Amino acid sequence: MSVPQYQLNDPGVKQIYSDEIQLEDTAEPGVIRQIWSRFVRHKLAVAGLIVTLLLVLVALLAPLIAPFDPAMVTGSFSAAPSGEHWLGTDQVGRDVLSRLIYATQVSLLVGFVTVALYVTFGTLVGMASAYFGGWVDMVIMRVTDMFMAFPFLMVILVVISVLGSNMTTIILVLALFSWPGVARLVRGSVLAIKQLDYVKAGIALGYSTPRILFVHVFPNAIGPIIVNATFGIASAIMSEAGLSFLGMGVQPPTASWGNMLTDAQSLTVLTDQPWLWVPPGAMILITVLAINFVGDGLRDAWDARQ
Amino acid sequence: MFAYVIRRVLIAIPVLFGITVINFLIIKLAPGNPVEMFIDPNTPKELLDAKKELLGLNAPLLFQYYQWLSNLLQGQLGYSFSTFAPVAEMIRERLGPTLLLASASLFVGLAIAIPVGVLSALKQNTRFDYIMTGLSFIGTSIPQFFLGLGLIYIFAVQLKLLPTGGMTTLGGSGGVGDLISHMILPVFVLGFVVAGKKVRYVRASMLDVLKQDYLRTAQAKGLHAFVVTNKHALRNALIPIITVVAMEIPLLLGGSVLIEQIFQWPGIGQLTIQSILSRDYPTLMGLNLVAALIVLVTNLFTDILYSAADPRITYR
Repeated sequence: MSVPQYQLNDPGVKQIYSDEIQLEDTAEPGVIRQIWSRFVRHKLAVAGLIVTLLLVLVALLAPLIAPFDPAMVTGSFSAAPSGEHWLGTDQVGRDVLSRLIYATQVSLLVGFVTVALYVTFGTLVGMASAYFGGWVDMVIMRVTDMFMAFPFLMVILVVISVLGSNMTTIILVLALFSWPGVARLVRGSVLAIKQLDYVKAGIALGYSTPRILFVHVFPNAIGPIIVNATFGIASAIMSEAGLSFLGMGVQPPTASWGNMLTDAQSLTVLTDQPWLWVPPGAMILITVLAINFVGDGLRDAWDARQ
Repeated sequence: MFAYVIRRVLIAIPVLFGITVINFLIIKLAPGNPVEMFIDPNTPKELLDAKKELLGLNAPLLFQYYQWLSNLLQGQLGYSFSTFAPVAEMIRERLGPTLLLASASLFVGLAIAIPVGVLSALKQNTRFDYIMTGLSFIGTSIPQFFLGLGLIYIFAVQLKLLPTGGMTTLGGSGGVGDLISHMILPVFVLGFVVAGKKVRYVRASMLDVLKQDYLRTAQAKGLHAFVVTNKHALRNALIPIITVVAMEIPLLLGGSVLIEQIFQWPGIGQLTIQSILSRDYPTLMGLNLVAALIVLVTNLFTDILYSAADPRITYR
């Protein structure tokens, strides 16, 4: 950091500087192509990606695909599957298939938005913690300890019961108790990368801290973050389903796979109306499984040692 | 080693303090206050204000926190809004069943995960390995409540082999057999989920150890394959598993909420749901605090155990 200004204008230094830029420009697409080619070899991961994309498509095209309005009473209640209602109707008389289709929107929205929020926040906090070290690091790590000590589902239920349950609070509360994991992961990677010579060179060249962090360190730490985020989407979807199942998540009449299963807590529904609870449960399983396969494929693809 | 233990305990103290602060702030976010909850809504406002003053609810937040904390240090968690019983006592009653369920599930989960993970690593890329990896993916991806409902449907409703829920048969003679028959399904669900996550860790850890030089040395010495696998490889492969097991504890306590609800198991998870439905904030806060304490203490314990088990770790 104590490099005198005139050295930066030295032709030699400029040479190194422009070489580095060139290297970055040519290396980026190559790395991505390599990762992609390793990812494609993982058959389950590709299958998972296709299923995930199909689900995104179903969510986007829900109004076109769904045969009925998901919140409207369109038939007799608790009717078994028939030609008109492929998956029957629920206890109020709404079409189960249409609700299943619309619930895809809820699950994917909660999954993606929650993860986008907490991964961004966790990454920034983790980078700051590792880069500055010292007491900043100490304080941040103790705060992550505090958040991680609360049993996940339990504390989320309590906070949501206090704040009231709607989609926004679910997303915010899930994110609030999920960022520490990402922060610790990023901190670990940044601590390792910080020791590398090219980062020291950047510091010696007098680059600003944000520039070193975002341009030099972050691109090399991104692999584990993306893998973690992918698994995070799956677990956020599962948490939302659990909360909605307990009646503390997405509230009816809005359909969610979790709240569609709530009725199955009564033995009559469980025994006599399997069309009410098997399809939403299967949808959660398929979605979470598909996303986890993608995450697993990404992890293998990023880890060139395998 | 002793210095390390002391250091770990000292680090845990500010964390514990922070947990109480977060917990207190969550209570304060709750709408309404205990006075309005207890008293007839037609009571004049002046009376309510007087009562609030008496209970210290008009005091500055920091002072309220101090009072709450000093009660806490004397083991006082306050009184339930719905049953008016002391919260500490309500939790004490419910803790046993939850710990029984969680420890049985952890035991079953590991009893499945360790042998399966080791065999998967030894038979890497065989059909057995693929099937077990597939099952472990299902274990991590299936919602506990869906698996639980499915098992109740098959084993309790259709086959009538096991009870649908509860901890003992109502009006039954009780006994260990009765308890076990009630435990099979919930323990299987939680154990399956635990095993699903752990199999992959055990497998990866075992593969890692199998690559080490000292294993090749052991084989070259002409030791029996059984000795090499069990004595040289397995023991070292299991060290990292200690930490991973500790990570399971908050998940098991959290997961108990869903499982206890489905199987009507009288533990802290079910108490959580009941307290949420009756807006019983003191009980909820107590539950949250006790659960966080359990997690903090087990984490501390495993960190120490881990450093004792692996001499390569330096006590810093």
